[in-house]
Amino acid sequence: MTVESTAARKPRRSSGTKRAAGAASAAKPAAATAQTHDAVPQLVQLLTPEGDRVENADNAEFAPFVADITTEDLRGLYRDMVMTRRFDGEATALQRQGELGLWASLLGQEAAQIGSGRALNDEDYVFPTYREHGVAWCRGVDPTNLLGMFRGVNHGGWDPNTNNFHLYTIVIGSQTLHATGYAMGVAKDGADSAVIAYFGDGASSQGDVMEAFNFSAVYNSPVVFFCQNNQWAISEPTERQMRVPLYQRAQGFGFPGVRVDGNDVLACLAVTRWALDRARRGEGPTLVEAFTYRMGAHTTSDDPTKYRRDEETAAWEAKDPILRLKAHLLATGGADEAFFAELETESEAMGKRVREAVRSMPDPDTMAIFENVYADGHALVDEERAQFAAYLASFESAEEGH
Amino acid sequence: MAVEKMSIAKALNESLRKALEQDPKVLIMGEDVGKLGGVFRITDGLQKDFGEERVIDTPLAESGIVGTAIGLALRGYRPVVEIQFDGFVFPAYDQIVTQLAKMHARALGKIKMPVVIRIPYAGGIGAVEHHSESPEALFAHVPGLKVVSPSNASDAYWMLQQAILSDDPVIFFEPKRRYWDKGEVDVEAIPYQLHKARVAREGSDITLAAYGPMVKVCLEAAAAAAEEGKSVEVVDMRSMSPVDFDGIQASVEKTRRLVVVHEAPTFLGMGSEIAARITERCFYHLEAPVLRVGGFHAPYPPARLEDEYLPGLDRVLDAVDRSLAY
Repeated sequence: MTVESTAARKPRRSSGTKRAAGAASAAKPAAATAQTHDAVPQLVQLLTPEGDRVENADNAEFAPFVADITTEDLRGLYRDMVMTRRFDGEATALQRQGELGLWASLLGQEAAQIGSGRALNDEDYVFPTYREHGVAWCRGVDPTNLLGMFRGVNHGGWDPNTNNFHLYTIVIGSQTLHATGYAMGVAKDGADSAVIAYFGDGASSQGDVMEAFNFSAVYNSPVVFFCQNNQWAISEPTERQMRVPLYQRAQGFGFPGVRVDGNDVLACLAVTRWALDRARRGEGPTLVEAFTYRMGAHTTSDDPTKYRRDEETAAWEAKDPILRLKAHLLATGGADEAFFAELETESEAMGKRVREAVRSMPDPDTMAIFENVYADGHALVDEERAQFAAYLASFESAEEGH
Repeated sequence: MAVEKMSIAKALNESLRKALEQDPKVLIMGEDVGKLGGVFRITDGLQKDFGEERVIDTPLAESGIVGTAIGLALRGYRPVVEIQFDGFVFPAYDQIVTQLAKMHARALGKIKMPVVIRIPYAGGIGAVEHHSESPEALFAHVPGLKVVSPSNASDAYWMLQQAILSDDPVIFFEPKRRYWDKGEVDVEAIPYQLHKARVAREGSDITLAAYGPMVKVCLEAAAAAAEEGKSVEVVDMRSMSPVDFDGIQASVEKTRRLVVVHEAPTFLGMGSEIAARITERCFYHLEAPVLRVGGFHAPYPPARLEDEYLPGLDRVLDAVDRSLAY
């Protein structure tokens, strides 16, 4: 047994397990209509931090949505999380080595992203923030594509329509409106697909997110708002963002909100499938609050030791999404050591590939400054392009003159 | 030839109707655009004929209107958004500047943003605060946006359709105090280029460059000056991004004098940019510095003072005299 899985098996009094143990009073958890502050967060959980499957009133509506999940599927989810964490770790290291200007780590949020990401169909459309590396992985986006903007060679650069994965959005919450508008279009087209918008707990303070909730409710749009409440908006804790549990906000807009254990990949998969299913059936938007934790810094620019306590981080470490699935797989015989060893080799190879790809990523051509400013062209851009080209050429002719 | 006489408001309405007819992907969105037909009735009757799925009444939230229009454009639609009044666009300014303007570049050209944002703008109708502003320079300054304003019914009809056909986001400023001015529209003509300036009146002594609501003032000034024996050329710029500097330059090389006229505050306004560029391009042709006539560096005043604030015939003619005195 590894050190990590020992940690995962420490007796825990997480709010989720407490709830699962006895306080299963809410008959209709899905609609999440609680009017009062929950001292204990109401969580949909299928896999405890110790890796045990649980059945209770809170998860009864959602569990059927993962009834088809086989042991092989579980290994797949595990692989997704490990590969994503490995990629994320590599990117963090590359930033430290000066190869990337910035990195927004997803460490700790693998279950929320892989669980929701694997709930999607190919036709569904994803609107990410800038931390959805795990969702990108699920969509088949080449991980190296995500690094261009952090290296500073482009602002995104991939074609969103290749994988139905929109560009990363830096301004907080803007993309929730784009997702809503896109979903309005999906509904107009009569398409059998849904849209998912990712955002964080900090974004829930933005007006755009409220407007997205309202527009989607008014137009009954097939959109799932997937909030990863990772407890911190840079240095601001959730207490500085909201006075009512986030998922409860949906009720005020007229659609259901669900809080799911964001470190439980199976629960995230089940709840997101449920929400997407509602959307596809024409039942409108859903807010999913994945209750999780950002184990690292907001980005490589900040220092979490300045604003949060070690004990808090340690408490969340015991709920690690990868360790809990590993514990489950080991306990149920779903995977053996050979599987984990093979995965280790695979993830190392991916890390190496990413490292090499970033280091050999070419800087863009200087004249790219003037490219794609407009689709139909613009006289001023043409003029400035020509002037700058002549200016650059003047150095070459000066050199030739010597 | 199918020439009809109609108001600018009617021309815009007919233009939207034609766009809706020709392309099922065109959508109209905004506050009160449906049953009411918009507060200026520019979308009058369109919801009745094209339905609520094409002419969409929205919640009262400008950022939401533009943000969802971006999403619809990503899905392949061509939304034409109405912002009710100039001063109400600012809640949407973030979506316009940080998202709409940059989406094409960010995706290395893989996606297009054919969104038109119609804004009834500028003063002269005795309105309350936030209903009379001219924020065009704030949009023209942003790379990725195109900014235009018609001054007559024919341009209203054609420029709006051209804006809708454009794969770039276009901020379409409608001079609200001219909505009821009538003019001839040839609905079968081959349209003039969207971003090209047009000589609205020929002259030889001095050029007045203006757009939108001030073109009419400049034409009146030119007529008044003619009675004093001065030959004034009026250039209707039509487009604020890009600006047709070649068109203005051609006129200035002929007349050797330029006055730029707009309602917006002169400081860092369109006039500043035109004065700088034309001075650079035409330094040896100019007989006088390029002058500007515009609003003051003050909030748009209460309606009882707007006649003093807005450049009128006298202020334009004063600038003409000052230029000719060099």
